[in-house]
Amino acid sequence: MTKVTMTVNGVSVSRDVGGNTLLSAFLREDLRLTGTHIGCDTSQCGACLVHVDGVAVKSCTMFAAEAEGADVATIEGQANEDGSLNVIQQAFQDHHGLQCGFCTPGMVMTTAALLKENPKPSEAEVRAYLEGNICRCTGYHNIVKAVLAASGQDVSSIAAE
Amino acid sequence: MYAFDIERPTTVAEAVAALTGEAQALSGGQTLIPTLKARLASPSKLVSLSGISEMKGLCASDGVLTIGGATCHADVAADGTFKALSELAAHIGDPAVRNRGTIGGSIANNDPAACYPAAVLGAGATVVTNRREIAADDFFQGMFETALDDGELVIAVKFPIPEAANYQKFVQPASRFALVGVFVAKTSEGVRVAVTGASNEGVFRWREAEAALSADFSAAALDGLTVAADDMIADLHGSSEYRAHLVKVMTQRAVKAAA
Repeated sequence: MTKVTMTVNGVSVSRDVGGNTLLSAFLREDLRLTGTHIGCDTSQCGACLVHVDGVAVKSCTMFAAEAEGADVATIEGQANEDGSLNVIQQAFQDHHGLQCGFCTPGMVMTTAALLKENPKPSEAEVRAYLEGNICRCTGYHNIVKAVLAASGQDVSSIAAE
Repeated sequence: MYAFDIERPTTVAEAVAALTGEAQALSGGQTLIPTLKARLASPSKLVSLSGISEMKGLCASDGVLTIGGATCHADVAADGTFKALSELAAHIGDPAVRNRGTIGGSIANNDPAACYPAAVLGAGATVVTNRREIAADDFFQGMFETALDDGELVIAVKFPIPEAANYQKFVQPASRFALVGVFVAKTSEGVRVAVTGASNEGVFRWREAEAALSADFSAAALDGLTVAADDMIADLHGSSEYRAHLVKVMTQRAVKAAA
């Protein structure tokens, strides 16, 4: 066992973990932060996506021990301070960017990473950035629309398909 | 996964000292961690390279771009000093994979469909390890095989920046790996063409194309050439003949884009 200490959603946490403990397992099983979902466990689907030191990472493909000293952000830390949905979460609700919701935590975290790098992405840039996030319900159109809306762009001309 | 210990050294010397017995170096983990999950590897210990700052970053001087072995794809993509290389890095995997995967990990693994081996061989780069410097022509030794010995780490890769270069990748649409990828580099010493994704022998140089392009750097210079299908990979994504055909098509596209 190795002792790891990291900051998760602004709170310092410390636990003993096995060498083969994935960051996703650490978040879900040790910290009980089950908003980070495990869809495929083979780094294809992106449902487990979190931010480590400000950048998007698939938490099923990084060991908890490697996050020693890191600043980790998960879906649980995304809401506004008063508990209301943040701009991205609200846009997903407003534009029906989810159906079953399983992929949504990863989609929201990826969107947050995208808008930090590129505050006004084009539709093509949104689709390219979401390459590593799989949704089996929506067909992606409303997710793309939600991301564009979250960036403050007018999506009224984008027809629902 | 089988159980193993993990160490996080902060210097190359500590990492090398930790790499004993059945220990395995872990760079970005974007290939190794799925491999461990599938129980295709059973190291007793992983030595993580992600905490070694001396193995990270890019530095250009005198026409040579040096990239630390533990530098992630996203950092290479953002650099732009060697444009063709940055564009290649920007199209590996997806954004989250590019934030973890590293150049050293990629070339040490030498996946026959990986992008970086084509750039390293195509640009005639030099691989710097903790023991020696290895020319790209000597480094890649067939599918998943390299010149690296046990306990030897890719500390950096030194790229001479070409006069013109381009990488063209025909992606396998599910995995996004290269079905065929071609890196073309034009230098004062001639043209180099390296092909990934296509051959059962892993990345290789297409010498006939190099000779034709060194005489005339144009896509038309390749019109009369054909690529033998004998050593090409055949799988459900494409026959060996299909890959052989793509090698020429992608080389011509790369020449057009570089010119």
